[in-house]
Amino acid sequence: MKFIKFASSILFMLIISTSLKAQIKHSSRSSKVHLALSIANGKAVYTQNCATCHQVDGHGVQNMNPPLIQTSYVLGDKTKLIKIVLNGFNEDVEINGNTYSNTMPSHDFLKDQEIADVLTYIRHSFGNKASAVSVAMVKSARGATKK
Amino acid sequence: MKNNRLLPFILPLMAIPALVISIALKNPSSADTAGLILPSGFEANIVADNLGSARHIAITKQGDIYVKLNRAKNGKGILYLHQTGDKATVVNGFGNYAGTGMYIKNGYLYASSNEDVYRYKLNDKDEVINPNEPERIVVGLLNRHEHESKSIVLDNNGNIYVNVGAYSNSCQEKDRQKGSMGRKGCPILDSAGGIWEFKADKLNQHYGDGIHYAKGLRNVVGLDWNQQDNQLFVMQHGRDQLHDLFPDLYTTQQSAIEPAECLYAIKEGDNAGWPYIYYDQEKHEKILAPEYGGDGRKTAGEGTINPAVAFPGHLAPDGLLFYTGNQFPERYKNGAFIAFHGSWNRAPEPQAGYFVVFQPFKDGRPDGKWEVFADGFAGTQTQKESGNAVHRPCGLAQGLDGSLYVTDDNKGTIYKISYKK
Ligand code: HEC
Repeated sequence: MKFIKFASSILFMLIISTSLKAQIKHSSRSSKVHLALSIANGKAVYTQNCATCHQVDGHGVQNMNPPLIQTSYVLGDKTKLIKIVLNGFNEDVEINGNTYSNTMPSHDFLKDQEIADVLTYIRHSFGNKASAVSVAMVKSARGATKK
Repeated sequence: MKNNRLLPFILPLMAIPALVISIALKNPSSADTAGLILPSGFEANIVADNLGSARHIAITKQGDIYVKLNRAKNGKGILYLHQTGDKATVVNGFGNYAGTGMYIKNGYLYASSNEDVYRYKLNDKDEVINPNEPERIVVGLLNRHEHESKSIVLDNNGNIYVNVGAYSNSCQEKDRQKGSMGRKGCPILDSAGGIWEFKADKLNQHYGDGIHYAKGLRNVVGLDWNQQDNQLFVMQHGRDQLHDLFPDLYTTQQSAIEPAECLYAIKEGDNAGWPYIYYDQEKHEKILAPEYGGDGRKTAGEGTINPAVAFPGHLAPDGLLFYTGNQFPERYKNGAFIAFHGSWNRAPEPQAGYFVVFQPFKDGRPDGKWEVFADGFAGTQTQKESGNAVHRPCGLAQGLDGSLYVTDDNKGTIYKISYKK
């Protein structure tokens, strides 16, 4: 298993670096770099604010905190996702077939940029693959949430 | 491409030495430990597997097993297993409710949902006579989906003790919200965050029919009646997330090991101090909670009890059993076994726990340092530290022959640990 992981990560890096080179030529470089930066910053926000409950690798905690892996919330509507972070979440819904008893608090103290970054990070991690979340989207979702 | 075709052949070859090493490490003494690491002379075997979320467990005089499931499986929340030799097979299931509590006393099986407590009359072979018509003895305990399990134990005077966990981490205005302060005169304590005593044979008792036996206990899952000094002992799950909620006062490292998971000896009227204080096992002091003006150092908690033993933080004690059997060596007699379910809010620091601990006792008091008794439930070090434990110890029970049973609510495994000198 380790060997496969190692080999595939080398392969992955090769592909990335060649494709990056190609990208540079095609001058969409700045958006790629922007994405990479957002993911890197998002990881730091995640470690500080989310990892306790959802765990470093996003698998969550049995019966308590749901996984952030391939859930309809993480991959789905971005405004809904932003609102989970802004308002917290305590709906006791089924998430991938299980229920989770803990309470997710509001994270409205995070800056728009931090929320965009952390959500972009989770949508590009733990096996998820979905588009980035922009600061503008967080800004408008926050505006709509304000009473 | 060539490489790809070779891989399936090479990989298993590479795995063999790793496998051999890991088996050798896991089982220093013999092959009969079911993957657990045990003191020498002890053996373990898996009597049942894949049962679902196996929580607390009770063993009959005949060696048969009742186990409570945290989620009903095919509409059955209690499983009855018949044991022959070292294997147990499911005979039937009943009780279509989720829950944790399971206890046998004086010819009755007691079981709890997350709101109620039931009992079932047993026949002379300790079989439930009427699985579909239990007597409901306690009704309407608070369940707000956080710390919702209701653990139970009986004394020798016809009373049953029930835990009602607090539906909160530290009684903040906003639960688990960074910086949110504690609610004044924490209102949760009226109906949760404590132990209630009820009559074991009276039907449909509400809060008001019982005695609010102990207060200020955030959440208790493991509890047992100590027969030596005729007293209730409970294991509290200490509060979470000191660093997350008050990052200026606590580092992630401090937050990973503090506060203590406490074993308390309980007398009627005792107050353990949650949410106003927590116990710091390094300083051996009761510390004012940051939600109530604490700074990580200020002490407080006058009139609250001290723990009998304080364990490292977040290990999640879910099972407590005083060992009264004769099978284990003499030093285990009347001591406490504690099943630690394993941590989660140590992240991003490595997770810990997932083991059964032994705390020696003498004359009803802790005597000497605790030690890890059974380890290896989690699997590899990586599985353990990342919180991806394979098995998570939860319930404990003693067989008539003195064997110790341990449940795992992740894979639904029941282990039986015996001394085989
Ligand atoms: C105190 C623990 C806690 C913290 C901290 C926390 N969450 Fe949650 N989160 C939960 C719980 C519990 C739920 C499910 C609540 C329910 O089912 O009622 C949840 C649900 C979610 C969901 C929707 C369900 C899913 O699994 O997809 C998302 C997305 C999410 N959290 C993301 C985050 C992000 C991003 C952060 C950090 C900014 C975060 N959470 C911080 C506990 C937490």
